Amino acid sequence: MTGRHILIKGGRVVDPANGVDALMSVCLVDGKVAGLGSPPDGFAPDLEIDATGRIVCPGFIDLSARLREPGQEQKATIASETRAAAAAGITTLCCPPDTSPVVDTPAVVQLLQERAESAGMARVLPVGALTRGLAGKELSEMSALKQAGCLAVGNAGAPLANLLVMRRSLEYAASYGLLVVIRPEDASLKNNGCAHEGAVGTRLGLPGIPASAETVAVAQALALIEQVGGPVHFAQLSTRRAVAMIAQARAEGLPVTADVAAHYTDLTEAAVDGFNANTHVSPPLRSEADREGLRQGLASGTLQAICSDHQPHDVDAKQDAFPSTVPGIAALETLLPLTLSLVRSGVLGLPEAIARLTIGPARALEINSGHLSPGATADLCIFDPDKEWQVNDSNWLSQGLNTPYWGETLRGRVTHTLRAGRLVYQGN
Amino acid sequence: MNKLQFDAAGRLRHFLTIEGLGRDLLVRIMDTAQSFTSVSAQQVKKVPLLRGKTIVNLFFENSTRTRTTFELAAKRLSADVLNLNIATSATAKGESLLDTIRNLEAMHVDMFVVRHAESGAAHFIAQHVAPHISVINGGDGRHAHPTQAMLDMFTIRRHKGDFSPLKVAIVGDILHSRVARSEIWALNTLGVAEVRGVGPRTLIPAEAESLGIKVFHDLDEGLADVDVVIMLRLQRERMSGAFLPSEHEYFARFGLTPERLAHAKPDAIVMHPGPINRGVEIDSRVADGPNSVILQQVTFGIAVRMAILSMAMRSGGGPTEEELQ
Repeated sequence: MTGRHILIKGGRVVDPANGVDALMSVCLVDGKVAGLGSPPDGFAPDLEIDATGRIVCPGFIDLSARLREPGQEQKATIASETRAAAAAGITTLCCPPDTSPVVDTPAVVQLLQERAESAGMARVLPVGALTRGLAGKELSEMSALKQAGCLAVGNAGAPLANLLVMRRSLEYAASYGLLVVIRPEDASLKNNGCAHEGAVGTRLGLPGIPASAETVAVAQALALIEQVGGPVHFAQLSTRRAVAMIAQARAEGLPVTADVAAHYTDLTEAAVDGFNANTHVSPPLRSEADREGLRQGLASGTLQAICSDHQPHDVDAKQDAFPSTVPGIAALETLLPLTLSLVRSGVLGLPEAIARLTIGPARALEINSGHLSPGATADLCIFDPDKEWQVNDSNWLSQGLNTPYWGETLRGRVTHTLRAGRLVYQGN
Repeated sequence: MNKLQFDAAGRLRHFLTIEGLGRDLLVRIMDTAQSFTSVSAQQVKKVPLLRGKTIVNLFFENSTRTRTTFELAAKRLSADVLNLNIATSATAKGESLLDTIRNLEAMHVDMFVVRHAESGAAHFIAQHVAPHISVINGGDGRHAHPTQAMLDMFTIRRHKGDFSPLKVAIVGDILHSRVARSEIWALNTLGVAEVRGVGPRTLIPAEAESLGIKVFHDLDEGLADVDVVIMLRLQRERMSGAFLPSEHEYFARFGLTPERLAHAKPDAIVMHPGPINRGVEIDSRVADGPNSVILQQVTFGIAVRMAILSMAMRSGGGPTEEELQ
């Protein structure tokens, strides 16, 4: 055998794509998975990692993480956020196109890829803009975006001018085999709201966003998908009803997938109480029933993926009256602990939880990743599921400090992240 | 968030919302206000309680009436008062809310009375001011207008005495009303028998019952046997925002006329936070009629605000929250 040899031994290897869940070793050779189980005769590792008491699994694939570069480097950079991603066990992430300039030309795609490569941490998959400038009116040059390396296109939550634009977007994207990512929200029903239209928002007098702002948009998109096809990925669902609609659509054979951001499975509108600007997110944190619906959606597999929906901000973005603050949570580093809390509360088994972070998002993107099959790229994560850590300056790598979990003690910590067989993060 | 309103000793420091305040504290505010009502009748309309203190009326949203009554209340307590209409100055030049506050703090003021178009603004300011500064919420977005609620409670007590048997109807645009939210808290805290919210579905917020009201969409039913009718101001923009078809139809269904008022108890009082829209939410025969206490509300507003200003500055020597529990 030639190349760099790595042996990861003593860990509980969980590879949901291959149905693996056992104490065994993992052998890596030259950036690829050589095999699981006992090392072959003559395997002489250059590096041994003792994973005793830890979980060894494929590296996480995050379907939505803002890096803020180009255009908002005061909030974060590709270097800072991919480093935080690596510390969170994330080896691949999709960044939405709402940068400045928008990801609607091959040049911006190349810039993102080059900066990510030079940072050398998590792999970055840019999502191209569905419409030029995200203005919702004219189609972007999707064929060129695809050639430049985009696997998917979306409008990053910006509204489309009308349903005809959506129809043509779906048709055109399908011509080039591009996945369309839809963050379903009807802008007119959102009506400049900033909190879930429910008891807490009513009490605090915060302009409400009804659940129907999401469900109406899902229904419209599904009606078009039924007619013109897909594939379509519904991103960051927040309502119980939307999960039920996606489940039905999948049962009817529509080519749709969906994800939820981890904090929506943990927090509800109650967290907004006290006008905590770090709980100002879009879509808003919703009711207890919605959170339960999202959890059940993960349990049933209707929601294939848990993403971070990472949105780092500078301090000023959250220093104002609640409605004037900028929505978003910095969430890369809480992705694993929040997912593991779903395991502890019995929503998911550990292999299912890991599947939602690995093979689930890989299948949504239709990429050959998120598994430890022999020959696969050696993207791996090793974590201690019980390790407690406090969210504070000494642990936090993202440039965005805007998390409602600041100061809290969470359980589950990544100890090693390998990307293509290279150790990109090592903690303790 | 309720802890924010009290200092380490449990005394009222900020007055941001009625939520979380105990019944005894509300009664004490009214009792203190009662003691101030005579000040306005004196030849020299001043007491020296806040002499040497500087109060800034920080209005990010225009309001003549509320600002004037706060100014009068502060002056009758002998405080120095600064009126700032921020809507047309600093923030319009791009200064952040926090920078505006920091600049004023540097001028060694003691209290901010804040009016802002966005819910939570007073809370945000209270969270960031220096420890010696008190913040009084003069109305924030749709969230709270606690001093207005207290002057309404004071007015009700003057006319009805005991709160416990009362049925109170709040009529109109509850969705957008900070006054209604604060009144509902206050009325329920003071133990009234029933609080009703009356209006068309478009102007009643989601899960309104969770606020502690019984919802009615018919004015006659909502007014049946009530002791107190609180009419809310209807903003004209509600017509263009597709909340209502027309002022004419609103007045026909929810305008308070003598005929509709006849469904309430004969001695029911009619209140309105002002300024009133005659012929839109209220008929002049009612606004100027024998049941109306609208102008008394304005008069009592000064005494109630004097009470709150002095208690928040601890010059009133009020009991601690712990003592009140």
